[in-house]
Amino acid sequence: MTNTERFSLSMRLFHWGMAALILAMLTAGLLMVASLDGWQLTVLTVHKVFGVIAVLLVSARFINRLSQRIPALPDELTQWQKTAARLSHWLLYGLMFAMPVSGYLMQYFGARPIDVFGWFRLPAALNVDIHNYALFRELHSLLAIALIGIVMLHISAALHHHFIRKDKVLKSML
Amino acid sequence: MALLLTPAIALATESPAKVTAQQFVDLQQGNTVYPGFRRAHAKGMCVSGEFRSNGQLSAYSTATVFQRGVMPFTGRLSIAGNNPTAPDLKAPVRSLALSFAMSSTQQWRLAMNTPPVMAVADPHTFYQQIQAIQAGPAAIKQFFAEHPESKEFLTWAAQYEASGSFASETYNSINAFYLINPDGKRQAVRWAIQPTVAVAATDMQGANALQNEMASRVLAGNVVFDWVFTLADVTDDENNATKAWPDSRQNITAGQIVINSTSAQLEGGCHAINFDPLVLPTGIEATADPILRARSSAYAESYRRRATEQLTGAFKEPKND
Ligand code: HEM
Ligand code: HEM
Ligand code: HEM
Repeated sequence: MTNTERFSLSMRLFHWGMAALILAMLTAGLLMVASLDGWQLTVLTVHKVFGVIAVLLVSARFINRLSQRIPALPDELTQWQKTAARLSHWLLYGLMFAMPVSGYLMQYFGARPIDVFGWFRLPAALNVDIHNYALFRELHSLLAIALIGIVMLHISAALHHHFIRKDKVLKSML
Repeated sequence: MALLLTPAIALATESPAKVTAQQFVDLQQGNTVYPGFRRAHAKGMCVSGEFRSNGQLSAYSTATVFQRGVMPFTGRLSIAGNNPTAPDLKAPVRSLALSFAMSSTQQWRLAMNTPPVMAVADPHTFYQQIQAIQAGPAAIKQFFAEHPESKEFLTWAAQYEASGSFASETYNSINAFYLINPDGKRQAVRWAIQPTVAVAATDMQGANALQNEMASRVLAGNVVFDWVFTLADVTDDENNATKAWPDSRQNITAGQIVINSTSAQLEGGCHAINFDPLVLPTGIEATADPILRARSSAYAESYRRRATEQLTGAFKEPKND
């Protein structure tokens, strides 16, 4: 695509900041739905607020990306490998967006307003719509499983490039 | 000396095996699954009506429900258990749940039972209690013997006589909550929805005896309860649901709960609602009571199961207005 060697500073900050946020959100989500302990309510509250922050961040990140030059993938890669790499990145963007949106819609149709640390509240439906609740509740889970799978592939690929292919892919993001 | 202390230390630090929300709901639903129905308190009827607030509590909480005025609710009267067709009169516990949809940003859900206290103080021990109940009379007797914290509950149970109507029971919050006043000061409270009629147990017949009685009672006229809040003192523990607070504590009647219509649960709006007591409006907050804190994720698990069953058609679609 272009001849820069490295992702721009803004892209690297977005990448690592959001990588940490998304991994934390996934972990928190999986732990809290199983827990009956006192921290569950606290983590759930934080999960919802940070999930809303995530959708704002990924939107800003996406807009930022459109205006950036990004490093070309190594020439050694075959065409289908390049396509797979790009596709996986678009999927990651899509899921980073779909996760919080499905989470919010689940709460919206469950008629559960979201309290943002006592400062203000995000609105929800006045009356429960149980069918749409079920739809977005299940989507939130299914998308999470898809996201976990693709992130694992993504990390393996990054490590593969670095340690086996010994190319500049990982360095371009550091 | 150290050796002597060992059992005492072991007892003091002994904690029950931890269970997950999924394991808890599995235990509640038992071996027979009724798709589309609640895994607990499966049998119930929808009610609706209004809360007539006298404004007395508005000095203690900023929640709009407590301002002087009238707030409509959707509610549900139910009995404990996993079976949506169980006989009304066999159940040991009767319940009332309320949902106030005040605005797009303010909702309040409440789920209350007839006992004023729990037998145990945390969800993991509660799991063992349910296991013991399912195992039979000998097991539950042994369970209570091993759990001295169940004393107040047992004292209540020994004198409790189920009445002849949903209208003549007292429904308790059991768990405590904080009211937050306009200055941000918090006050721990529990509440009871108290009957204004007495109905003696009769020889009512049929699996739906209580529901039928309530439906005809409401047809004849409004059913009214007093909503009484008890304010904790600094010496009271708001995080232990096995201990009642002394009778000398200040009580405030916030107003009246008036039920003016009933419908079958699949015909009213209540079946779709998850009466999760941790859905709270501004001005009311959760205490750290381990029982209360366990409820949100267990209710969510049960709600997820029944909601998905309704979506996928495992259950015939109930009408929801
Ligand atoms: C980056 C964004 C997000 C990620 C990665 C994420 C991830 C997860 C995961 C993995 C679970 C556990 C699902 C399961 O095991 O079935 C979960 C549950 C949940 N999430 Fe999110 N989530 C995100 C955003 C949100 C948002 C924005 C909200 C609401 C505003 C939300 C609300 C919830 C709720 C309420 C649950 C628990 C549902 C239940 O107990 O039934 N999430 N989330
Ligand atoms: C923690 C381990 C991670 C490592 C080592 C890693 C590494 C990398 C590397 C090396 C690239 C550049 C690929 C290229 O040159 O085309 C990249 C891009 C990307 N990563 Fe990660 N990543 C990690 C976690 C994540 C997570 C958790 C997410 C989000 C869910 C994520 C989302 C993305 C996206 C969307 C891109 C494409 C950027 C663009 O082209 O706009 N990464 N990552
Ligand atoms: C750790 C403690 C508890 C657990 C795990 C638990 C679990 C559950 C579950 C899974 C449901 C079904 C939710 C649904 O599908 O909508 C339920 C319903 C209910 N629970 Fe609990 N519960 C607990 C304590 C209590 C206490 C202390 C009370 C009373 C103060 C209570 C009163 C109710 C009522 C009234 C309902 C029925 C609400 C309705 O009509 O929908 N529960 N409970």
